[in-house]
Amino acid sequence: MTQALIYALTGAVLFMLGVRSTLLRDSLLARILGLNVSGAGIFLIFVSLAYRGDSMPTDPIPHALVLTGLVVAISATALALALNRRLREMDDE
Amino acid sequence: MTMSVWLPVGILLSSFIPGVLIFFQPEERHRLRTLLNLLGALVKLLLVGVLIWGVFHEQVFETRWTMAPGLEFVLHADALSVLFVSLSTLLWLVTTIYAIGYLEHTPHRSRFFGFFSLCVTATVGLALAGNLFTFVVFYELLTLATYPLIAHKGSPEALRGARIYLSYTLFGGLLLMIGAVWLHTLTGGVEFVEGGILDQYANLDQDTLRWIFLLLIVGLGVKAALVPLHGWLPQAMVAPAPVSALLHAVAVVKAGAFGIVRVIYDVYGVEFAAELGVLTLLGTVAAITIIYGSVKALSQDHLKKRLAYSTVSQVSYIVLGAAILGPLATIGGLVHLVHQGVMKITLFFAAGNYAEALGIHRVSEMDGVGRRMPGTTLAFSIGALGMIGIPPVAGFISKWYLGLGAVEAGAAFWVLPVLIASSLLNAAYFLPILYRAWFKSATSPWPADKTAGCARELPDPLLWPPVTTAALALLIGLFAAAPYSPLEWAELIAGREYRQ
Amino acid sequence: MNNLLIWPVALPLLSALLALLWPRRSTWIGVAGTGLSLSAVLLVSRQVVESGSIELALGGWAPGLGIALRVDGLSLLMLLMSSLVAMAVAVYSSVYFSDSERRGEFWVLWLLLITALHALFLSGDLFNLYVTLELLGLSAVVLACLGGSRASLQAALRYLVLGLLGSLAFLMGVALIYAGYGTLDMAALGDAIEAGPTAWVALSLMTGGLLIKSALFPLHFWLPPAHANAPAPVSAVLSALVVKAALYLILRLWLELFDGVVTQASAMIIGVLGAVAVLWGSWAALQAQRLKLMAAYSTVAQLGYLFLFLPLLAAIPEGEGRDLALGALVLLALTHGFAKSAFFLAAGVIMQRAGHDRIAELGGTARALPVTAFTIALAGVALIGLPPSGSFLAKWQLLSTVFVTGQWLWLPVIAVGTLLAGAYIFRLLGHAFAPGEGVGPSLSVGREEIPAVLLALIATLLLGFWAAEVWELVPISAYAGGEA
Repeated sequence: MTQALIYALTGAVLFMLGVRSTLLRDSLLARILGLNVSGAGIFLIFVSLAYRGDSMPTDPIPHALVLTGLVVAISATALALALNRRLREMDDE
Repeated sequence: MTMSVWLPVGILLSSFIPGVLIFFQPEERHRLRTLLNLLGALVKLLLVGVLIWGVFHEQVFETRWTMAPGLEFVLHADALSVLFVSLSTLLWLVTTIYAIGYLEHTPHRSRFFGFFSLCVTATVGLALAGNLFTFVVFYELLTLATYPLIAHKGSPEALRGARIYLSYTLFGGLLLMIGAVWLHTLTGGVEFVEGGILDQYANLDQDTLRWIFLLLIVGLGVKAALVPLHGWLPQAMVAPAPVSALLHAVAVVKAGAFGIVRVIYDVYGVEFAAELGVLTLLGTVAAITIIYGSVKALSQDHLKKRLAYSTVSQVSYIVLGAAILGPLATIGGLVHLVHQGVMKITLFFAAGNYAEALGIHRVSEMDGVGRRMPGTTLAFSIGALGMIGIPPVAGFISKWYLGLGAVEAGAAFWVLPVLIASSLLNAAYFLPILYRAWFKSATSPWPADKTAGCARELPDPLLWPPVTTAALALLIGLFAAAPYSPLEWAELIAGREYRQ
Repeated sequence: MNNLLIWPVALPLLSALLALLWPRRSTWIGVAGTGLSLSAVLLVSRQVVESGSIELALGGWAPGLGIALRVDGLSLLMLLMSSLVAMAVAVYSSVYFSDSERRGEFWVLWLLLITALHALFLSGDLFNLYVTLELLGLSAVVLACLGGSRASLQAALRYLVLGLLGSLAFLMGVALIYAGYGTLDMAALGDAIEAGPTAWVALSLMTGGLLIKSALFPLHFWLPPAHANAPAPVSAVLSALVVKAALYLILRLWLELFDGVVTQASAMIIGVLGAVAVLWGSWAALQAQRLKLMAAYSTVAQLGYLFLFLPLLAAIPEGEGRDLALGALVLLALTHGFAKSAFFLAAGVIMQRAGHDRIAELGGTARALPVTAFTIALAGVALIGLPPSGSFLAKWQLLSTVFVTGQWLWLPVIAVGTLLAGAYIFRLLGHAFAPGEGVGPSLSVGREEIPAVLLALIATLLLGFWAAEVWELVPISAYAGGEA
């Protein structure tokens, strides 16, 4: 069992945990966090994919993808949190 | 060359363009609207004249346009199309004049005449459709164009009648479409060819073809008001009188009957259809419809409803003629397509006049109306006598040929009793009306007398249309043997269908 | 010359930046930006018609390492639909948002949405698709809650969470593809992907994610509230274009990338879900009391029709027969796009005039707003699938494919769906043409009424009589098995 595989499997487990709480939790915040955990799982898989053996340099493409993905994930989370807060404010009024 | 391509399109556009233009006219521009209407109707009449001449001399008029791979929009004029096109064009002109008079000073006239023109466009399109696909297109368009006409008054009853009409016809259109697509996938295209095309596909499963026939006929039977698909027709009489006239004489029920004729003669081929055994069933349904409609008409006191059930009965003569194998029955059915139209439109014009002038809606209110409105009542009487089949009015010719055809085909044992029973029933529901109108005298004041003190019974645009069509019904009966008469033309079609 | 492909993406993006910097002129910039992207798409389409599919390697980097933009028949048709609908909706919005303080925000997001849509249709790379999907989803969510009501915020948030879940599932699939085949370039993948566990899992994940976004039953529940509560121009693009983007990707995946992997059984499952969507969506539309909610449920039903095609397409071998069915699918999607956007714009006109969109109280609409009533009638004809609309031809071919493949199961579904559509459209028209004062007094034709009627005319006349062009374009493929 290689190190990369362990990372990839961990990523898959994280993805599924995240999906589970997105679908099943009632709290919106928990669902948003679930999405983030899922995202992190996928990024972990991408990072592990970059490993091509000790003698080869790592594959740069997955790294680039993860960087892009992080940007998307952060904006999405920010939007979700902002909407969530706006909704709370409306409830308070 | 170009004329043969553009003439069918021109005939469609001559009512389509005025229709579209009328939609944009403000309500008060009465004269421009009338001008557009009449101009369109006259141009169409002129073009149809050229078409009649050309088709008689075996010229080909055809327009093709590929709408999708394997689906061509085809307008093609053959003898059968010409029969229906001429009928619709002529009666459109008369009905337009009548409608202009009838709807004077009522709201939404631009909308009404717009859809009225579209309705005729769809009918003419049906007549000129050169293949089953194009026929289905116009069949659905006709539904769309007539719905607003039936709903025109906007009253709850009008909306209800329109909704019932729509439920029936959308359902029928769907079945027709399914049947048409099915047949299309089996043959790769269904052109209307005189004598039919299906006998060339010997390898097709006969049961499948029977099922498709059933789908097509049920789909068309909804508009043709075959029992038990007729339920919408008596409900649709809430429409204004000109619409009822057009619906019963030209547009909707005729479209269904014409479609059945097309399917039997130009798709299946009448001999092949007889081999499949589907004509017997259809003939039975037609016979039942003829009797049922007449019996129901007997008990209707509402005049327009009585006429509506009479239509149910009379339109099935056309279907009956198509369902009997043999050229004479074909002639009888086809010529009735025209004769029934001319006579029934007269009756509806007259019914509209009674309602308009005196507020009469019921048979029981018609005592003595003949003396008060002689012109209208004379026209009504001619139409009614024709419906019964009394010579020399046109209806007699139809029944005569249907009877001869039945004898020729060896079907006399069941067709003749149906014809005789139906004629007796026709007499039983029409003659009392004539008796009341001419020989009884008015016992109570008219429900709503609008013409009191006027010199004439009605304004010209209301009086002349029924008188004209009644005269026409008489003339095509008297001069049935003249060249270009409906009878001659039906004989021409029958000759081409049976490849004699 | 191939640099042409940049412009449909670059022009709306640059306009979005301009609109952000210069909010006072945002309306002007928004309409002009939309118009410029439309002209760029028209230029692209001229070239595709003349010389087939086009590929552009961005920045000169070869696909694989770099990102390719590609356009072929399918993507061109989607581009044309989205830029034409966008143009009409932009003109409408210039009136709709003219007094609104949210005008500035709207136009920036609007242009971003167009950027994302165009980029999605042009992308030839799976990861790039993920990015465009997210960009599309985010801008759509913010647009959907511009109305500002609590209901619209709630619907938008649910839309966002589900949309993100869908994109993540898609991304997971992308990761698996990269693990299995070492590339994300779609042209290369078309040859490389073979049936096997990796391909199956990746396809299921990606399809599942996209099905959420395209609101296939039973994943549709987010759509009606989100579409019905958004401002009218936004509802129009959400229903007409945004859900189509996910559908477009499903087609790409199923027909081109994974065409050797897809099994008839899996296609059947999608087909059955589509069938339920047709029936359930139409039924719900018939029950709906509000105009926009009815339109939204109708979208659920219409998307169902599109998914009915998948089992049929899977049963036909690649070639002329399949292109025929595929053309019908695309035509149906296009007609729905134009008709539904027209419908929502008309609903918006009625809502602004009447202050509500309760169907039962719409009496008098036909008299007060004849052009808008006419628009609804025309769009309705296209939604039912009556001639002369494009959807009539599409349904004809759909039925024809049902007969050819012998998958009779779909016949009653199509029949009942059509009748239900007829019922809900004419129920609406019955109310609209009834007498009443529900919409206020009669006024002259407004500028906001014109774009909708043009869209409806495209759906019912243009796509009916010139549909043959669709079938000409569909076979031009940049990805078809092995040829690319």
